[in-house]
Amino acid sequence: MWLKMPIDPQRDHIRGPSNAPLQLVEYGDFQCPYCGRAYYEVQEVERRLRGQLQYVFRHFPLSEIHPLAVPAAETSEAAAAQGRFWEMYSMLYENQEALERPYLLRYARALGLDIAAVDAALDNHLYLPRIREDFNSGVRSGVNGTPCFFINGRRHDGAWDADSLLKTLERARQQQQPTQRATPRHL
Amino acid sequence: MAARVMQRHVGMTNPVAGERAPEFSLPKDAENHVLRRSELAGKPAVLVFYPADWSPVCGDQLAIYNELRDELGRHNAQLVGISVDGVWCHRAFREHRKFWFPLLSDFEPKGEVARRYGVYRAADGIAERALFVLRPDGVIAWRYVSPVNVNPGADGILDALEQLHAEAA
Repeated sequence: MWLKMPIDPQRDHIRGPSNAPLQLVEYGDFQCPYCGRAYYEVQEVERRLRGQLQYVFRHFPLSEIHPLAVPAAETSEAAAAQGRFWEMYSMLYENQEALERPYLLRYARALGLDIAAVDAALDNHLYLPRIREDFNSGVRSGVNGTPCFFINGRRHDGAWDADSLLKTLERARQQQQPTQRATPRHL
Repeated sequence: MAARVMQRHVGMTNPVAGERAPEFSLPKDAENHVLRRSELAGKPAVLVFYPADWSPVCGDQLAIYNELRDELGRHNAQLVGISVDGVWCHRAFREHRKFWFPLLSDFEPKGEVARRYGVYRAADGIAERALFVLRPDGVIAWRYVSPVNVNPGADGILDALEQLHAEAA
Protein backbone atom coordinates (compact mmCIF):
# COMPACT_ATOMS: atom_id res chain seq x y z
CA MET A 1 0.00 0.00 0.00
CA TRP A 2 1.21 3.47 -0.88
CA LEU A 3 0.60 6.93 0.46
CA LYS A 4 -2.14 8.40 -1.76
CA MET A 5 -1.90 12.01 -0.61
CA PRO A 6 1.69 13.22 -1.20
CA ILE A 7 3.48 15.26 1.44
CA ASP A 8 2.45 18.87 0.99
CA PRO A 9 4.56 21.55 2.70
CA GLN A 10 1.58 23.92 2.43
CA ARG A 11 -0.65 21.81 4.65
CA ASP A 12 1.36 19.06 6.35
CA HIS A 13 3.17 19.23 9.67
CA ILE A 14 6.75 18.49 8.70
CA ARG A 15 9.90 18.26 10.79
CA GLY A 16 13.33 17.93 9.17
CA PRO A 17 15.01 19.31 6.04
CA SER A 18 12.94 19.54 2.84
CA ASN A 19 15.73 17.91 0.81
CA ALA A 20 16.01 14.90 3.15
CA PRO A 21 16.32 11.60 1.26
CA LEU A 22 14.08 9.78 3.75
CA GLN A 23 10.48 10.47 4.64
CA LEU A 24 8.57 9.02 7.55
CA VAL A 25 4.83 9.76 7.62
CA GLU A 26 2.82 8.76 10.68
CA TYR A 27 -0.94 8.53 10.94
CA GLY A 28 -1.59 8.85 14.66
CA ASP A 29 -4.17 9.38 17.38
CA PHE A 30 -3.30 11.43 20.48
CA GLN A 31 -5.34 9.17 22.77
CA CYS A 32 -3.98 5.89 21.40
CA PRO A 33 -1.55 4.31 23.88
CA TYR A 34 0.41 2.64 21.08
CA CYS A 35 0.88 6.02 19.41
CA GLY A 36 2.02 7.30 22.79
CA ARG A 37 4.78 4.70 22.75
CA ALA A 38 5.59 5.36 19.11
CA TYR A 39 6.14 9.03 20.00
CA TYR A 40 9.35 8.10 21.80
CA GLU A 41 10.45 5.65 19.11
CA VAL A 42 10.05 8.34 16.43
CA GLN A 43 12.17 10.74 18.48
CA GLU A 44 14.91 8.13 18.62
CA VAL A 45 14.69 7.58 14.85
CA GLU A 46 14.89 11.34 14.24
CA ARG A 47 17.88 11.61 16.57
CA ARG A 48 19.76 8.88 14.73
CA LEU A 49 18.94 10.16 11.25
CA ARG A 50 19.37 13.84 11.95
CA GLY A 51 19.48 15.89 8.75
CA GLN A 52 18.48 12.93 6.59
CA LEU A 53 14.87 12.49 7.62
CA GLN A 54 11.64 14.35 7.19
CA TYR A 55 8.97 13.35 9.70
CA VAL A 56 5.33 14.14 8.93
CA PHE A 57 2.42 13.73 11.32
CA ARG A 58 -1.16 13.30 10.13
CA HIS A 59 -4.29 12.79 12.20
CA PHE A 60 -6.06 9.45 12.43
CA PRO A 61 -8.30 9.74 15.49
CA LEU A 62 -10.33 6.60 16.26
CA SER A 63 -13.04 8.71 17.82
CA GLU A 64 -15.46 5.93 18.78
CA ILE A 65 -12.96 4.22 21.07
CA HIS A 66 -10.96 7.37 21.86
CA PRO A 67 -13.50 10.15 22.45
CA LEU A 68 -10.80 12.64 23.47
CA ALA A 69 -8.68 12.08 20.36
CA VAL A 70 -10.57 14.54 18.17
CA PRO A 71 -10.53 17.47 20.63
CA ALA A 72 -6.82 16.78 21.18
CA ALA A 73 -6.21 16.82 17.41
CA GLU A 74 -8.24 20.04 17.16
CA THR A 75 -6.09 21.59 19.88
CA SER A 76 -2.93 20.66 17.99
CA GLU A 77 -4.33 22.33 14.88
CA ALA A 78 -5.29 25.42 16.85
CA ALA A 79 -1.69 25.50 18.09
CA ALA A 80 -0.48 25.02 14.51
CA ALA A 81 -2.47 28.11 13.49
CA GLN A 82 -0.30 29.98 16.00
CA GLY A 83 2.88 28.32 14.73
CA ARG A 84 3.24 25.87 17.62
CA PHE A 85 2.10 22.50 16.29
CA TRP A 86 5.10 20.45 17.35
CA GLU A 87 5.16 21.86 20.87
CA MET A 88 1.50 20.92 21.31
CA TYR A 89 2.05 17.52 19.68
CA SER A 90 4.71 16.77 22.34
CA MET A 91 2.57 18.19 25.11
CA LEU A 92 -0.36 15.94 24.14
CA TYR A 93 1.68 12.76 23.76
CA GLU A 94 3.48 13.38 27.03
CA ASN A 95 0.16 13.92 28.83
CA GLN A 96 -2.04 11.32 27.18
CA GLU A 97 -3.84 10.48 30.39
CA ALA A 98 -5.21 14.04 30.66
CA LEU A 99 -6.85 15.19 27.44
CA GLU A 100 -10.10 16.64 28.74
CA ARG A 101 -10.93 20.22 27.75
CA PRO A 102 -9.55 21.96 30.88
CA TYR A 103 -6.21 20.20 30.38
CA LEU A 104 -6.13 21.05 26.68
CA LEU A 105 -6.58 24.73 27.57
CA ARG A 106 -3.96 24.42 30.30
CA TYR A 107 -1.45 23.11 27.71
CA ALA A 108 -2.35 25.96 25.37
CA ARG A 109 -1.74 28.42 28.20
CA ALA A 110 1.57 26.77 29.06
CA LEU A 111 2.69 27.27 25.46
CA GLY A 112 1.68 30.91 25.60
CA LEU A 113 -1.05 30.57 23.00
CA ASP A 114 -4.00 32.88 22.49
CA ILE A 115 -6.46 30.92 24.64
CA ALA A 116 -9.59 32.61 23.29
CA ALA A 117 -8.64 31.50 19.77
CA VAL A 118 -8.04 27.92 20.91
CA ASP A 119 -11.29 27.88 22.85
CA ALA A 120 -13.25 29.19 19.87
CA ALA A 121 -11.60 26.68 17.52
CA LEU A 122 -12.68 23.84 19.83
CA ASP A 123 -16.22 25.22 20.15
CA ASN A 124 -16.67 25.71 16.42
CA HIS A 125 -14.72 22.63 15.31
CA LEU A 126 -12.78 24.96 13.07
CA TYR A 127 -10.13 22.38 12.21
CA LEU A 128 -12.33 19.29 12.04
CA PRO A 129 -12.49 19.31 8.21
CA ARG A 130 -8.72 19.23 8.03
CA ILE A 131 -8.54 16.39 10.54
CA ARG A 132 -11.14 14.48 8.50
CA GLU A 133 -9.10 15.13 5.38
CA ASP A 134 -6.06 13.57 7.06
CA PHE A 135 -8.17 10.64 8.23
CA ASN A 136 -9.67 10.00 4.80
CA SER A 137 -6.30 10.21 3.10
CA GLY A 138 -5.13 7.58 5.58
CA VAL A 139 -8.05 5.26 4.89
CA ARG A 140 -7.45 5.54 1.15
CA SER A 141 -3.76 4.83 1.66
CA GLY A 142 -4.51 1.62 3.56
CA VAL A 143 -4.01 2.81 7.12
CA ASN A 144 -5.18 -0.21 9.11
CA GLY A 145 -4.62 0.82 12.71
CA THR A 146 -2.75 3.33 14.77
CA PRO A 147 0.03 4.21 14.61
CA CYS A 148 0.55 3.56 10.91
CA PHE A 149 3.78 4.58 9.22
CA PHE A 150 4.74 5.18 5.60
CA ILE A 151 8.42 5.15 4.67
CA ASN A 152 9.21 6.96 1.44
CA GLY A 153 5.57 6.54 0.53
CA ARG A 154 5.22 2.82 1.24
CA ARG A 155 3.23 1.46 4.16
CA HIS A 156 5.46 0.00 6.86
CA ASP A 157 3.92 -3.25 8.14
CA GLY A 158 5.11 -4.91 11.31
CA ALA A 159 6.97 -3.61 14.36
CA TRP A 160 7.52 0.13 14.77
CA ASP A 161 10.14 0.29 17.50
CA ALA A 162 13.04 2.56 16.56
CA ASP A 163 15.27 -0.31 15.38
CA SER A 164 12.58 -1.76 13.10
CA LEU A 165 11.80 1.66 11.63
CA LEU A 166 15.51 2.37 11.12
CA LYS A 167 15.98 -0.97 9.37
CA THR A 168 13.18 -0.21 6.89
CA LEU A 169 14.43 3.37 6.43
CA GLU A 170 17.92 2.02 5.69
CA ARG A 171 16.46 -0.35 3.11
CA ALA A 172 14.52 2.52 1.53
CA ARG A 173 17.76 4.49 1.31
CA GLN A 174 19.55 1.58 -0.40
CA GLN A 175 16.72 1.20 -2.88
CA GLN A 176 17.12 4.85 -3.81
CA GLN A 177 20.86 4.68 -4.41
CA PRO A 178 21.05 2.57 -7.61
CA THR A 179 18.84 5.01 -9.50
CA GLN A 180 20.87 7.94 -8.20
CA ARG A 181 24.09 6.26 -9.35
CA ALA A 182 22.57 5.21 -12.67
CA THR A 183 21.61 8.73 -13.65
CA PRO A 184 25.08 10.00 -14.63
CA ARG A 185 25.71 6.89 -16.73
CA HIS A 186 22.63 7.58 -18.81
CA LEU A 187 23.57 11.19 -19.41
CA MET B 1 0.34 -27.38 3.38
CA ALA B 2 -1.44 -29.12 0.50
CA ALA B 3 -3.39 -31.23 2.96
CA ARG B 4 -4.31 -28.11 4.86
CA VAL B 5 -5.54 -26.35 1.75
CA MET B 6 -7.62 -29.40 0.77
CA GLN B 7 -9.04 -29.66 4.22
CA ARG B 8 -10.05 -26.02 4.05
CA HIS B 9 -12.16 -26.68 1.01
CA VAL B 10 -13.97 -29.78 2.22
CA GLY B 11 -17.67 -28.98 2.35
CA MET B 12 -17.07 -25.44 1.17
CA THR B 13 -18.52 -23.55 -1.71
CA ASN B 14 -16.46 -20.71 -3.04
CA PRO B 15 -18.63 -17.96 -4.53
CA VAL B 16 -16.80 -15.31 -6.51
CA ALA B 17 -17.63 -11.88 -7.88
CA GLY B 18 -20.61 -11.97 -10.22
CA GLU B 19 -22.25 -14.84 -8.34
CA ARG B 20 -25.16 -14.64 -5.96
CA ALA B 21 -24.15 -14.27 -2.32
CA PRO B 22 -25.11 -17.39 -0.35
CA GLU B 23 -28.05 -17.05 1.99
CA PHE B 24 -27.63 -17.00 5.72
CA SER B 25 -29.65 -16.45 8.85
CA LEU B 26 -27.52 -15.70 11.89
CA PRO B 27 -28.11 -14.38 15.42
CA LYS B 28 -27.32 -10.69 15.63
CA ASP B 29 -27.78 -10.20 19.38
CA ALA B 30 -28.18 -12.08 22.63
CA GLU B 31 -31.98 -11.79 22.43
CA ASN B 32 -32.15 -14.35 19.60
CA HIS B 33 -32.92 -11.84 16.85
CA VAL B 34 -31.54 -13.01 13.54
CA LEU B 35 -30.33 -11.22 10.45
CA ARG B 36 -30.99 -12.87 7.09
CA ARG B 37 -28.91 -12.16 4.04
CA SER B 38 -32.14 -11.37 2.17
CA GLU B 39 -32.80 -8.50 4.60
CA LEU B 40 -29.71 -6.77 3.25
CA ALA B 41 -31.20 -6.63 -0.26
CA GLY B 42 -32.04 -3.26 -1.76
CA LYS B 43 -28.84 -1.56 -0.63
CA PRO B 44 -25.16 -2.38 -1.00
CA ALA B 45 -23.84 -4.52 1.87
CA VAL B 46 -20.37 -5.11 3.25
CA LEU B 47 -19.75 -8.49 4.92
CA VAL B 48 -16.66 -8.57 7.09
CA PHE B 49 -15.59 -12.09 8.08
CA TYR B 50 -12.90 -12.00 10.76
CA PRO B 51 -11.16 -14.62 12.89
CA ALA B 52 -12.15 -13.68 16.42
CA ASP B 53 -13.45 -11.02 18.78
CA TRP B 54 -10.85 -9.38 21.02
CA SER B 55 -7.75 -10.16 19.02
CA PRO B 56 -5.87 -6.88 18.71
CA VAL B 57 -5.62 -6.93 14.92
CA CYS B 58 -9.37 -7.48 14.55
CA GLY B 59 -9.95 -4.67 16.98
CA ASP B 60 -7.98 -2.36 14.77
CA GLN B 61 -9.71 -3.52 11.61
CA LEU B 62 -13.23 -3.13 12.98
CA ALA B 63 -12.25 0.09 14.76
CA ILE B 64 -11.51 1.66 11.38
CA TYR B 65 -14.82 0.51 9.91
CA ASN B 66 -16.43 1.94 13.02
CA GLU B 67 -15.14 5.38 12.00
CA LEU B 68 -16.60 5.09 8.50
CA ARG B 69 -20.26 5.42 9.40
CA ASP B 70 -20.69 8.64 7.39
CA GLU B 71 -18.62 7.41 4.47
CA LEU B 72 -20.57 4.14 4.25
CA GLY B 73 -23.80 6.08 4.76
CA ARG B 74 -22.98 8.15 1.69
CA HIS B 75 -22.97 4.91 -0.26
CA ASN B 76 -26.13 3.78 1.50
CA ALA B 77 -24.12 0.71 2.49
CA GLN B 78 -24.85 -1.66 5.37
CA LEU B 79 -21.99 -3.22 7.30
CA VAL B 80 -22.00 -6.48 9.25
CA GLY B 81 -19.21 -8.34 11.00
CA ILE B 82 -19.25 -12.15 11.10
CA SER B 83 -17.15 -14.48 13.24
CA VAL B 84 -17.59 -17.82 14.98
CA ASP B 85 -17.84 -16.16 18.41
CA GLY B 86 -21.05 -16.58 20.40
CA VAL B 87 -23.68 -13.90 20.98
CA TRP B 88 -22.55 -13.01 24.52
CA CYS B 89 -18.97 -12.62 23.41
CA HIS B 90 -20.11 -10.39 20.54
CA ARG B 91 -22.22 -8.35 22.93
CA ALA B 92 -19.31 -7.66 25.28
CA PHE B 93 -16.99 -6.89 22.36
CA ARG B 94 -19.51 -4.55 20.72
CA GLU B 95 -20.19 -2.68 23.94
CA HIS B 96 -16.52 -2.39 24.76
CA ARG B 97 -15.52 -1.08 21.33
CA LYS B 98 -18.74 0.91 20.77
CA PHE B 99 -19.43 -0.59 17.37
CA TRP B 100 -22.51 0.83 15.63
CA PHE B 101 -22.86 -2.16 13.26
CA PRO B 102 -24.08 -5.68 14.14
CA LEU B 103 -21.80 -8.65 14.75
CA LEU B 104 -23.29 -11.95 13.61
CA SER B 105 -22.56 -15.24 15.35
CA ASP B 106 -21.57 -18.02 12.96
CA PHE B 107 -21.48 -20.21 16.02
CA GLU B 108 -23.78 -23.20 15.50
CA PRO B 109 -23.20 -25.11 13.32
CA LYS B 110 -19.79 -23.59 13.74
CA GLY B 111 -18.51 -21.65 10.75
CA GLU B 112 -21.27 -22.86 8.45
CA VAL B 113 -21.77 -19.48 6.80
CA ALA B 114 -18.04 -18.90 6.46
CA ARG B 115 -17.88 -22.30 4.71
CA ARG B 116 -20.66 -21.27 2.35
CA TYR B 117 -18.67 -18.19 1.46
CA GLY B 118 -15.48 -20.23 1.05
CA VAL B 119 -13.65 -18.45 3.85
CA TYR B 120 -13.47 -20.96 6.72
CA ARG B 121 -10.12 -22.12 8.07
CA ALA B 122 -11.14 -25.60 9.18
CA ALA B 123 -7.72 -26.41 10.63
CA ASP B 124 -7.95 -23.38 12.93
CA GLY B 125 -11.71 -23.35 13.48
CA ILE B 126 -12.05 -19.69 12.53
CA ALA B 127 -13.08 -17.56 9.59
CA GLU B 128 -10.58 -15.99 7.25
CA ARG B 129 -10.13 -12.24 7.29
CA ALA B 130 -12.39 -11.81 4.25
CA LEU B 131 -14.38 -8.93 2.81
CA PHE B 132 -17.41 -9.15 0.52
CA VAL B 133 -19.21 -6.22 -1.04
CA LEU B 134 -22.70 -7.16 -2.24
CA ARG B 135 -24.75 -5.30 -4.80
CA PRO B 136 -28.29 -4.29 -3.86
CA ASP B 137 -29.56 -7.33 -5.79
CA GLY B 138 -27.47 -9.69 -3.65
CA VAL B 139 -24.78 -10.44 -6.21
CA ILE B 140 -21.16 -10.35 -5.05
CA ALA B 141 -19.50 -7.26 -6.52
CA TRP B 142 -16.07 -7.76 -4.89
CA ARG B 143 -14.38 -10.18 -2.56
CA TYR B 144 -11.00 -10.10 -0.92
CA VAL B 145 -9.33 -12.60 1.38
CA SER B 146 -6.49 -11.07 3.33
CA PRO B 147 -3.61 -13.03 4.85
CA VAL B 148 -5.07 -13.87 8.26
CA ASN B 149 -2.48 -11.81 10.15
CA VAL B 150 -2.80 -8.74 7.90
CA ASN B 151 -5.46 -6.17 8.59
CA PRO B 152 -6.85 -5.24 5.14
CA GLY B 153 -8.02 -1.76 6.13
CA ALA B 154 -10.92 -0.12 4.32
CA ASP B 155 -9.55 1.12 1.02
CA GLY B 156 -10.72 -1.89 -1.02
CA ILE B 157 -14.24 -1.65 0.41
CA LEU B 158 -14.54 2.04 -0.50
CA ASP B 159 -13.17 1.39 -3.99
CA ALA B 160 -15.75 -1.35 -4.54
CA LEU B 161 -18.58 0.85 -3.28
CA GLU B 162 -17.48 3.70 -5.53
CA GLN B 163 -17.37 1.31 -8.45
CA LEU B 164 -20.94 0.20 -7.66
CA HIS B 165 -22.01 3.81 -7.47
CA ALA B 166 -20.41 4.57 -10.84
CA GLU B 167 -22.11 1.57 -12.45
CA ALA B 168 -25.49 2.61 -11.08
CA ALA B 169 -25.10 6.18 -12.34
